[in-house]
Amino acid sequence: MATDTDHAAAGEPPGASPADEVAAAVAARFAATIVHESHGQPVVYVERSAWHDVAQFLRDEERFTQCLDVTVVDHLVDSERAVIPGVALERFEVVANFLSHPRNRRIRAICELPADDPTVASIADVYVGMNFAEREAFDMFGVVFEGHPDLTRLLMPDDWVGHPLRKDDAPGRIPVEFKEDPAPR
Amino acid sequence: MSEPIKVSPPEEARLEAQTDEGAQQLQPKRHEVVTGGLWPEDDDTMIINMGPQHPSTHGVLRVMLELDAETVLQAKPVIGYLHTGMEKTGEELTYVQGATNVTRMDYLSPLANELVFSMAVEQLLDLEMPPRATWIRMLLVELNRMSSHLLFQATNGMDVGAVSMMVYGWRERELTLRFLEKITGLRMNHNFIRPGGVAADLPDGWQHDAEELCRTVEQGVREYSDLLSENPIFIERLMGVGTISTEDALALGVTGPILRATGFPWDLRKAQPYLAYDEVDFDVMYGRNGDCYDRFRLRLDEILESIKIVRQCIDAMPLGDYRVQDRKVTPPPRARIDESMEALIHHFKLFTEGFRVPPGETYASVESPRGEIGCYLVSDGTGKPVRLHIRGPSLYNLQSLGTIAVGGMVSDAVAIISSLDPIMGETDR
Repeated sequence: MATDTDHAAAGEPPGASPADEVAAAVAARFAATIVHESHGQPVVYVERSAWHDVAQFLRDEERFTQCLDVTVVDHLVDSERAVIPGVALERFEVVANFLSHPRNRRIRAICELPADDPTVASIADVYVGMNFAEREAFDMFGVVFEGHPDLTRLLMPDDWVGHPLRKDDAPGRIPVEFKEDPAPR
Repeated sequence: MSEPIKVSPPEEARLEAQTDEGAQQLQPKRHEVVTGGLWPEDDDTMIINMGPQHPSTHGVLRVMLELDAETVLQAKPVIGYLHTGMEKTGEELTYVQGATNVTRMDYLSPLANELVFSMAVEQLLDLEMPPRATWIRMLLVELNRMSSHLLFQATNGMDVGAVSMMVYGWRERELTLRFLEKITGLRMNHNFIRPGGVAADLPDGWQHDAEELCRTVEQGVREYSDLLSENPIFIERLMGVGTISTEDALALGVTGPILRATGFPWDLRKAQPYLAYDEVDFDVMYGRNGDCYDRFRLRLDEILESIKIVRQCIDAMPLGDYRVQDRKVTPPPRARIDESMEALIHHFKLFTEGFRVPPGETYASVESPRGEIGCYLVSDGTGKPVRLHIRGPSLYNLQSLGTIAVGGMVSDAVAIISSLDPIMGETDR
């Protein structure tokens, strides 16, 4: 299996990560996919260019009926970051959790996005429900989902400047105005 | 006189794209006619804002409705009015404090939030819960499911005109909350389920109180059923209203009672058992038509299933520790603090700095009263998470409003919003 050789090349003992069959199928179909296991949950690190196709593949061929969640992580100020052999870590990670009801299994796909170009294809055409999730991720992190039908802010006001969940967008940046002390009567 | 400012077409398109919250989608459509040119402005449809201060929108939900007389042509939920940045706050709090934050998201099922957060932290720490902690958690979460569904019965009844249901539903819910208060000390926002177990052991005599509560709620459910299930007005308002197919529900990310009401018996408690759900006997309720009535009926039946689980918790509650005896996450016992300086320092450090969690990422999920609530947690080895993301079921359930409400009446939209049972605190976080 391709995944085992990847891990062997990275110096990891073979069998350290019991390859999940869906993860293995994704790795076999999409080159440069890294299979990982995080606390018993199968995770695939996929290339940015394959993001949309992986979602399509999971839905159409692996019967993953639902995408539960698309979100983003900003790793700007991590003091220590878990190293996954073979993955070139970047500042942003876009994370999608998939669930297959007929096969009763889950898989998580993660894609690394560089800080200077946080752009990834939208999967809202494959999983319609991810419309709001991607809008929220755009709103909070400024990650642009290309091909999204309506990529506007979801939670913050439309005229808001900045993306609040980014690590360099500090809370308390906006001065809070208090009313003046009541005048002596 | 000054010339009117001319806007070039691309500029116009850009401005239009900036229009408030995607409102351009709902702008009146201008049709080209065969004789050439555009049809004069179409006055048949109008756009109405329902909410954010509408009593039937359960808080601060705003729905933009495009109406043709009474018929809904388009519905677009606009959210964010209750956005308080809880995910950002979660990054500022230690893992010990984290539960106080997440419990406020879905304020009708706070214990499910605490549970999913604690489970995520425990996965990162590789902690195994003692059986009593697991069963106490299960007891609490099921009681919480009861109270949440009881409130649904109250508000759903009131939204469609059965106003007396408001009183009945709150009555039983208040009893449930009183029992939860007895265990946790608070009616809501308990912060009782914490990483490493629960905050305290069950009080003496809880079995008796729980049994009495079960009996009362059971009787209440029977009353609601008598009052509503066969009520012709109620049936007229709900049956066949707001239908959604299983396929649409799955595609839209809908989970929980709304998905089950479409005839898809998917419940994480059965499918991917967590806590001790594989050791108790209960049935997964599911509907057939996926309409408002099925969603009402299903939640009513789920209360009875929860009572079943609570009764089994009373009978089979194991003895032992209610939290792990791992000193890394559990403070020393109160008595030790009086006699040992080290224990005092340990206690102090744990509650000021918290504990460190090894770097990694995980996703935990449980079946909350509203569907699958998930917690995606990323740690960088310090005492605070890098990212705390809660997958709120209400967000996705509410998103489906744009599909469900189309084609119905405005008054149906009220019934549909009510039957989706959205919690804005969780939707906006």
